[in-house]
Amino acid sequence: MSAGVEVRDVTFGYGKEAVLSNVDLTIGPGEFFAFLGPSGSGKSTLLRLIAGFGRPDSGRILVGGEDITDLPPWKRQVGMVFQSYALWPHMTVEENVAFGLEERRMPRGDIREKVAKVLDLVDLAALAARRPAQLSGGQQQRVALARTLVIEPRVLLLDEPLSNLDAKLRLEMRSEIVGLQKKLGLTTIYVTHDQEEANATADRIALLDRGRIQQIDTPMTLYDRPANRFVATFLGAANMIEGDVVELHGRTMFVGPGSSHWPLDRGAAGPAVLVIRPQALSLGGIGDVKIAGRIEDREFLGAVIRYGVGTELGRLIVDSPHRPGGVAIGIGANITLGVDPATVALIEGRASSGGR
Amino acid sequence: MSALALSRRRPLLDRWNLTATQLVLAGLVAAFLGLFLVLPVLRVMGVAFWGPDGFTTQNLEDFFATSLFRESFFNSCYVATMAVLLASIIAVPLATIIARYDYPGAGLIHALGAVPLVMPPFVGAVAMQLIWGRNGSVNLILMDLFGFKIPFMEGLNGVIFVEALHYFPFILLNLAASLANIDGSMEEAGQNLGASGWSLYRRIVFPLALPGYVAGASLVFVKVFDDLGTPLLLNVTNMLAPQAYLRITSVGLDDPVGYVISAIMVVFSLVAMGVASLALRGKDYATQQRGGGGLGRRKLTGWAKVLAHGFVIVALLVSLSPHLGILLLSLGTIWSFSVLPDAFTFDHYATIYREGPQLVTNTVLYCGLAAAIDVLVGGAIAYFVLRTCMPGRNVLHYVAMASLAVPGIVLAIGILRTYYDIKLPDGRALATFWGMLVIAYAIRRLPYALQSCLAALRQVHGSLEEAAENLGAGKLATLRRIVLPLMAGGLLAGFVTSFATAAVELSDTLLLVTREIDAPISYGVYVYMQSPAGRGPGAALGVLAVIVVALGAWASHWLAEKDRRRRSREG
Repeated sequence: MSAGVEVRDVTFGYGKEAVLSNVDLTIGPGEFFAFLGPSGSGKSTLLRLIAGFGRPDSGRILVGGEDITDLPPWKRQVGMVFQSYALWPHMTVEENVAFGLEERRMPRGDIREKVAKVLDLVDLAALAARRPAQLSGGQQQRVALARTLVIEPRVLLLDEPLSNLDAKLRLEMRSEIVGLQKKLGLTTIYVTHDQEEANATADRIALLDRGRIQQIDTPMTLYDRPANRFVATFLGAANMIEGDVVELHGRTMFVGPGSSHWPLDRGAAGPAVLVIRPQALSLGGIGDVKIAGRIEDREFLGAVIRYGVGTELGRLIVDSPHRPGGVAIGIGANITLGVDPATVALIEGRASSGGR
Repeated sequence: MSALALSRRRPLLDRWNLTATQLVLAGLVAAFLGLFLVLPVLRVMGVAFWGPDGFTTQNLEDFFATSLFRESFFNSCYVATMAVLLASIIAVPLATIIARYDYPGAGLIHALGAVPLVMPPFVGAVAMQLIWGRNGSVNLILMDLFGFKIPFMEGLNGVIFVEALHYFPFILLNLAASLANIDGSMEEAGQNLGASGWSLYRRIVFPLALPGYVAGASLVFVKVFDDLGTPLLLNVTNMLAPQAYLRITSVGLDDPVGYVISAIMVVFSLVAMGVASLALRGKDYATQQRGGGGLGRRKLTGWAKVLAHGFVIVALLVSLSPHLGILLLSLGTIWSFSVLPDAFTFDHYATIYREGPQLVTNTVLYCGLAAAIDVLVGGAIAYFVLRTCMPGRNVLHYVAMASLAVPGIVLAIGILRTYYDIKLPDGRALATFWGMLVIAYAIRRLPYALQSCLAALRQVHGSLEEAAENLGAGKLATLRRIVLPLMAGGLLAGFVTSFATAAVELSDTLLLVTREIDAPISYGVYVYMQSPAGRGPGAALGVLAVIVVALGAWASHWLAEKDRRRRSREG
């Protein structure tokens, strides 16, 4: 039942401006896949193209190996949960859920049975006779899910499904959606602008910016090995150091500003950018590379203390874990930062694509 | 507990957030509504249902025992229903085209769709005879080309046709607004779950737009049911409103039939409004939809495009035919048994210029006074409702709004009955004093002015007044220097709306005008239109009235728009 999705070289534009350019990706059957990106990146547009709302200017979209590019939305068997839920206010919960089955001319008895089953699945059996306006936000979200799941779609599309819920409910629904997805083994595409949401739910993420895919990978790889500056900065704080990769004394080294030399043993010679996550820097000077610095400012964030450290490489952000009872280092103190070159990421090329 | 105890010790007026002046004003407003709305309507009901031995249905039974009245009752229901149907046939496709499709002339349809509303149906009725009647332009052409005629204007058909053409914009505008308010994702969700085309329209789109349709349709039903001028001018007397008018004017004020008819009309208005509000209860869908833009507009292609263009052109031509007709009539010499008038002249306007000044000054005087009363009373009620805790403030509100359900002819009969026996110093009955016409206009237009005042006052945030009071301004100074200036735009819009729509009121005018020198324009149009020779000048007068109303409508729209812009700049 569950099917893979292939997007092949899709370009789409409203008027002149390209909303999506040469988007190419493959999603495996049963995979939980996220489209992540800032607003205006084209992630929702891509989702809507898969659902059939809009037609790509070029490129094809395949579901389960079948080309559905020319099919209208109502023939795609691709279920979508809308950001606004789009529950029909003139119908009860039950009627909303039964709608898709009725359109498929299913016998009455089967419809009743399936509706009851899916309402049970989302824990809403008791509210079947209510109207959407009489439900809480979380309940409405569940109805929207049930309405889509009941038609047994080949792919489930979720458009910012949690954006209308408050913070506590958002966490609850998030794990509920993941639980349902694993239980049903349903190929799911989840659109969000919240990196934490994407990291927590998705098997793999496609990170989009300005209509182009910047990188497709598992959440951890995206964080640890960003392909470009945009990916590096979108997924959390990063120190970026511009320099060159050179062959020196038989080793591949990164040479930054000042006297710093980083033995990397990877990368091709040429301009490059080094990405250092704040927690990869050690205030205690542990690591093969040492950098002298002076504490300029600090922020207490709870789990970590974030220091701004002035060095010959420029200002670096350093996160140091805070344990209850620990003390912060005073501003103005001279320190030595240490870093293990294996924990830094290298982006080759200077004006790397996607940079902001 | 302590707060409660404290409030018990505060003086009454203070607790109601009222000053003594305001209390007096509230008394005056209540007296105005009581004397000129509640009492007349109660008198009508009383005469209809109160005999020497108390409550009686004798008059009602007599009414239904007479075949003419049974027929009139049936005809009124039939005409109102058919007018709603015909209006729907015109309005539903038009609304669908402009709200759901990328139609090039959508703005034009919207604007032209509102045009019929600036002219009351009775003004165009005679012109419609000349265009659509047995020997009118259209049938002469049909006869010439195809050898048959269509009885558009025969008997009840004529009333249905004229009323539908004038009132379909109520459905068009309401339905188009409803359709435009539907969230696009509502439709997309339907498509995503497998619905398309007609099924999508029937199951999702139309039910969501239904509130707008019902609101428009019930309004059309009530307007048609209550209309007096159109059937009278088309010589159709076997309907309820003309029967009531004829009984009162020919048999006399004591004939119970007019009162029974009045009671039936009030009940029908109430039922139609009740049904509408029941149908709409809990269906304010607009507020339940979030996110995304409006309904997806699609392109019209092929045959659908041809069909849409054809329908729009025919619908607009037909709905503008009364206006065209009245213009031709006002400029034509003789127009009979011909497609167009024989020749054109400005004589009719000259006649109006000679004979009409009194009509115009009367209209300006009456409608100006009525509109001023409306703004005063409406403003006062709005203030009581929104700014005080005076007990009974909502009663004032509802009573004022209830006048929507009282047809003009019913109010006029009630006023005649209530004030006929009270004599003025010169011996004439108070009911025949022109001031009563002003009051009738004011009562009839009060709901619109009140809505306008409520809207205007709602936009003045209470803290603005509190700030003034905090800086030392008393209630009156605050009202004068803060509240009134901020409400000015809304009040003026209310004034203009009342003025313009009162200018074309006919049913109460016909009953309450007893001397020619007291007559306003609407009465003049009616009287002129009665005779073939007077049609030209009557039409010219009608054109004049339309211009007055159109200018008024435009001014009111312009004022409201200007006010809105000013506010959005400030806010």
